[in-house]
Amino acid sequence: MRLSDLKQGQKATIARVGGSGLLRRRILEMGIIKGAEIYVEKYAPLKDPMELIVKGYHISLRVEEASQIDVENIP
Amino acid sequence: MPEINVTPKHLTIALAGNPNSGKTTIFNNLTGTRQKVGNWPGVTVEKKEGRINRFGYDLTVVDLPGTYSLTPFSIEEVIARNFLLDETPDVVIDIIDASNLERSLYLATQVRELDCKVLFALNMADLAQARGLKIDACKMSELLDVPVLFTVGNRNEGMDDLLRAAIDLAESTAPLPRSRRVKYTHDIEEAVGRLRDFMLNQTDGVLPYAPRWTAIKLIEDDKIVKERLIAAVPDAGSAILEASRDLRQHLAARYDEDPQIVMTDERYGFIAGIVREVQTSGTRQRVDLSRSIDLVLTHRFFGFPIFVFFIWAMFQLTFTLGEYPVQGIEAGVQLISEAIGGLLPPGALRGLVLDGIVGGVGSVIVFLPNILILFLCIAVFEDTGYMARSAFLMDRIMHLIGLHGKSFIPMLMGFGCNVPAIMAARTLESEKDRILTILITPFMSCSAKLPVYVVLAGAFFGARAGTVIFGLYLFGIVLSILTGRLFRSTLLKGADAPFVMELPPYRMPMAKSLLIHMWDRSKIFLRKMGKVILLGSVIIWALSSFPRDGSLSRDYAAEIQQATAVAEARKAAAGDAASREIEETYSETVTALRRLEKAEQTENSLIGRLGRFVEPVFAPLGIDWRGGVALLCGFVAKEIVVSTLGVLHAVGDSEAKGALEKALVEAGLTPLSALSMMVFVLLYLPCLATTAAIRRETGSYRWMFFSVGYSTSVAWVAAFLVYQGGRLFGLG
Repeated sequence: MRLSDLKQGQKATIARVGGSGLLRRRILEMGIIKGAEIYVEKYAPLKDPMELIVKGYHISLRVEEASQIDVENIP
Repeated sequence: MPEINVTPKHLTIALAGNPNSGKTTIFNNLTGTRQKVGNWPGVTVEKKEGRINRFGYDLTVVDLPGTYSLTPFSIEEVIARNFLLDETPDVVIDIIDASNLERSLYLATQVRELDCKVLFALNMADLAQARGLKIDACKMSELLDVPVLFTVGNRNEGMDDLLRAAIDLAESTAPLPRSRRVKYTHDIEEAVGRLRDFMLNQTDGVLPYAPRWTAIKLIEDDKIVKERLIAAVPDAGSAILEASRDLRQHLAARYDEDPQIVMTDERYGFIAGIVREVQTSGTRQRVDLSRSIDLVLTHRFFGFPIFVFFIWAMFQLTFTLGEYPVQGIEAGVQLISEAIGGLLPPGALRGLVLDGIVGGVGSVIVFLPNILILFLCIAVFEDTGYMARSAFLMDRIMHLIGLHGKSFIPMLMGFGCNVPAIMAARTLESEKDRILTILITPFMSCSAKLPVYVVLAGAFFGARAGTVIFGLYLFGIVLSILTGRLFRSTLLKGADAPFVMELPPYRMPMAKSLLIHMWDRSKIFLRKMGKVILLGSVIIWALSSFPRDGSLSRDYAAEIQQATAVAEARKAAAGDAASREIEETYSETVTALRRLEKAEQTENSLIGRLGRFVEPVFAPLGIDWRGGVALLCGFVAKEIVVSTLGVLHAVGDSEAKGALEKALVEAGLTPLSALSMMVFVLLYLPCLATTAAIRRETGSYRWMFFSVGYSTSVAWVAAFLVYQGGRLFGLG
């Protein structure tokens, strides 16, 4: 399942970070790495971007960017 | 013989840390008001440094740009890393957000890899504690082999200890700890080791940077290190790069993944181990005020109305509250120019001082209250954390133009005044976004253009004037969108900046930091803009006042003298009863003559000749030479377009409203040519102050000339289409 498919309030574990180049590197450096737990805090009023909690802090990603991240272990 | 030390020893301390880690607060605490704000060479990233005397040392504290990493992708990261590598500060303080330990340590471990003297400041430990996190600083210091101190920046706690520890570390001669750094997995370590040995072998140990670090960066395929290596050791360089390429390929095959990605993973793995050891978390579920605030401020339904309200409030404060001091300043400038006017004899010198210098400086100073208030508002948005939320809300819309959510505020400010708007683009992190925002902001019709529309639309569109003006504003917005899309896919091509943005917790802003923030930016405005504008307004003044030779069609002085004589004679003949009436007629005659004289003078001046010269350019737009001159003069400030038109049509400011409108109609302007002129005013070259701001904020004359050229071409084409298109349809 993709990160962008999660609904507000859902939790999951990062399985794989796809994409390429700067964006992928940046996402990884911000701590969104394989095995990290992620929580969807909310979506912006226009449904894009989305706000996530990872490693105890809040980060926003565009839905398009989040669609390149695979997640698993959705409770 | 005892050493006598008269000049204190100088040390350089660099502050590194994530954005929102409280780094700037600590910098402000350490340096107080003794700060110097400028730009890093060649780029528009703010460079802050402060010089202080503490503990018998002369200390320079440099605030590095806030970054999450030291990979040279963003300009901030390149700056921070180059400073650490090339300027080799005596000691680096890495500020760690204690409530955000894991991510903060990512940068910290990279700083440690650079082989410089570093100590960690665990900042905002109080916040961490409130969140149920306890950090064992002793253990962390032991595990990483670096000094670790607690600080609370916003309560000014731990600053002296921090400085003292930094000085101690800088003065210590102990070898740099090498053991407790990130250790990568066997294959990577082996590749790094082999590459390092190979490099040392090839170059006899002459390398620009530490060997292990260089090897790691080559394995990570770091462009800048590769370039520097080739520059430093041209002969051995290519062999080394080849070796590193082979090793990278080998690792990529081994892990089925880019080696740098594997290394990022492993750094986080190393960090996770440290965090497990030093951090104990208590109650996990906590009441988080920040999250509750955010639920309201970015609420699905209320988020936008609240945002609109805040923006409205900012606008109101900037342009309404800012109006009061503006009037005071204008009165002050008036007073000064009157005082000087009394001192100087009439002539060219007086004109230069009054109209050129005082007028020019005055036109800059009047912006100051607006700029101060605007920057205060922006500082509040930034320091509270709301700026990130506004980008979060607006990103969807701005992304359509290929821009970042943060571009919204500068563009909106453009409706007030382009100068602060362009300066507000500083909040954008990506250089491309910043330049694009700066290029399209001038299409937001600024408030100085409004008087021009009011006069022209008022004269020619009567009751529909409001609709026409609204249409103009809309047209500006549409063009900015088109321009944005065009440049995004051509000149400023490349992937949109990713929207990987931290949403920091809401914080109470500190007055001191707000004021420093506001003043720093305003100072830049005053200092840099002042020079350009002074020069520009002196030039325009000279163009419009010379030549002064008396070759006018009429001898105005003689005519005025004659009128005076006539009035005197009539007064003497008519007696007291009619003298009032005679006086009035007389003064009207004189004013009219003076106006005609001024009109003819301007017509004969260099700028008037220039207007005649460029008449063929404006003719296809339906704009006569007077309009052309007014537009040229409008380069100083857009308001001047109206007053110049007034001068050229020989109507005064004091006359009944509508005089200029009447004169324009009489001069043969049609609604269509008026519309064409308004379109031209909307789009053509930005005013002098804005041009100076573009030069300053893009850091290049190229972009400045590009912006001026582009907007003027667009203006001409648009006005041409309006005028000629209109005529085609039988209008005008």
